[in-house]
Amino acid sequence: MSTSTVEAPATRPERTGFGRRLVSANTFWIGLVLVGLYLGFSVLAPSAFPTLFNFQTLLIEASVLLVLSVGMTFVIITSGIDLSVGSVLVFAGVVGAKAMEALSPGHDATSAGWGVIAVGLVAALTGGAVWGLANGLLIARAKIPPLIVTLGSFGAALGVAELVTAGVDVRTVPQALRRTLGYGTSFVVVPNLVLVAVVVTVLGGWLLHTTRFGRYTYAVGSNAEAARRSGIGVTRHLVLVYLITGLLAGLGGFMSLAYYGTTTISGHSTDNLNVIAAVVLGGTSLFGGVGSMLGSVIGVFIPAVLTKGFVILGVQPFWQPVAVSAVLVAAVWFDQRRRRTQDRR
Amino acid sequence: MSAEPAGPSLLEARDLVKHYGGVEALRGASFEVRHGEVVALIGDNGAGKSTLVKCLSGAEQADSGEVLIDGRPVTLDSPTAARRHGVETVYQDLAVAPDLDPAANLFLGRELFRTGLLGRLGMLDKAEMRRRAASEFARLGVQLQNIDVPIRSLSGGQRQSVAVARSVVWASKVVFMDEPTAALGVVQRERVLDVIRRVRDSGVAVVLISHNMPEVLAVSDRVEVLRLGRRVARFRTAEATLEDLVGAMTGALHQEGAA
Repeated sequence: MSTSTVEAPATRPERTGFGRRLVSANTFWIGLVLVGLYLGFSVLAPSAFPTLFNFQTLLIEASVLLVLSVGMTFVIITSGIDLSVGSVLVFAGVVGAKAMEALSPGHDATSAGWGVIAVGLVAALTGGAVWGLANGLLIARAKIPPLIVTLGSFGAALGVAELVTAGVDVRTVPQALRRTLGYGTSFVVVPNLVLVAVVVTVLGGWLLHTTRFGRYTYAVGSNAEAARRSGIGVTRHLVLVYLITGLLAGLGGFMSLAYYGTTTISGHSTDNLNVIAAVVLGGTSLFGGVGSMLGSVIGVFIPAVLTKGFVILGVQPFWQPVAVSAVLVAAVWFDQRRRRTQDRR
Repeated sequence: MSAEPAGPSLLEARDLVKHYGGVEALRGASFEVRHGEVVALIGDNGAGKSTLVKCLSGAEQADSGEVLIDGRPVTLDSPTAARRHGVETVYQDLAVAPDLDPAANLFLGRELFRTGLLGRLGMLDKAEMRRRAASEFARLGVQLQNIDVPIRSLSGGQRQSVAVARSVVWASKVVFMDEPTAALGVVQRERVLDVIRRVRDSGVAVVLISHNMPEVLAVSDRVEVLRLGRRVARFRTAEATLEDLVGAMTGALHQEGAA
């Protein structure tokens, strides 16, 4: 382009240095809290806390929550919420378990082979995806607030799961599945369940932070109208985000099935709140447009480390939710203050 | 003194009619802009300026009438369709994503991908977008200290500049600017007007919607006046006075054949 007017003295914009960006990131500080907690418990219980076994169980117990929080991170960055993840997890587990039983002689899937297990996995993933799709369509197309839609599916998915099972947990889970995904390990020390969670998280982080899909997720959450005017298919994008979250809840259901060997119907009523707390703790803003996958990982492990540490120290584990809630409210308070100081109008 | 534009028109609206329920926002409005000119579109509140811009930028569709680009009738049924024709719009409410950095906003909806397999998987070439954004901002005289901070931490004027740059960079034919200087201070206003001139000099036409008559007289080549949903007058800015413009807007001055 030719410029016949006088050149304005435009200074070329600089990139902020890596150190400054690191220190100004929420993730950095919440990460320090996690490291501090881990070191603190290690000092207080040097023989019991910093052991390989304890580390492994810590990771295993956090795996399913981690998979759920990958999807939730996307949802919250779009300034949405998904209360249904725990119920969808149960539903998917039930569908997967029932599918495997139906294909086994005498409706006992305990000794089922890999073909049946594969069908079970597909059934669980499909079960999760269907709820995710329903959530997405109701939120993005019918424009019903996500809080209401997913509160509805939170109740409905669990209700349907209980209808299918008459309220009784399915207990015949293939031994082959339990031995491998449930409590098997790879590379000598890495539990397979953790491996799956790590792969999902890395893929999720890649999708969120490096691809166009991720950038649109931020854009939609930051200003949906601006995104729409930029030619972004906001409706389609939101449907996909909720679909992915449902799919991951389905995977979580299958992982839970492999680990516990039962559908644990009544065991996931607070998963949604735990996952939301983890994601928000990790610096993802409920107002949308801001967040990171690494933050969510840290956010999942802070409550997990607290629980483990309290149990080992003999502190009543009931202190864990108290401590987590306090940190959570503080984290949101900091987020709001940061936003207010950044908003220069 | 009606200023019939000479030469072929770049974008032309003929007899646009637009109803909102019982309200007739446009009653056969016409409008024209040619290559390399700044046209000010003025009119009192409710004259139909914003509606006309929405119809020409694809945000709304007129009930009847036609839009021509380079003399050919076109259908602008979405902002994307308008953009494909080289028509960009700076909205009054900016429509930027405040949590994204300036480069991400500049390339929003037009991201650059990496080469090879990673690019086909959807991976963005952030470094290249940042580099190109920096040079575009420099070219347009947009001053930013940092290129990787969210837009929300910029001043109002800087945010405005990014929003303007976002449209200007991609426009190949026409840029609509709806009150681009409304919320700005004196210095920032001058900067935006300077950008408008630079854009005009690069051969892209600018349509400026403004209430600020001194600004209109300072920057535009021609003025088209809307009143009650129709064009009531057109002026060459060099030959027009403030009284002419105000007279046409209020209905005190009549120009035959302007509609």
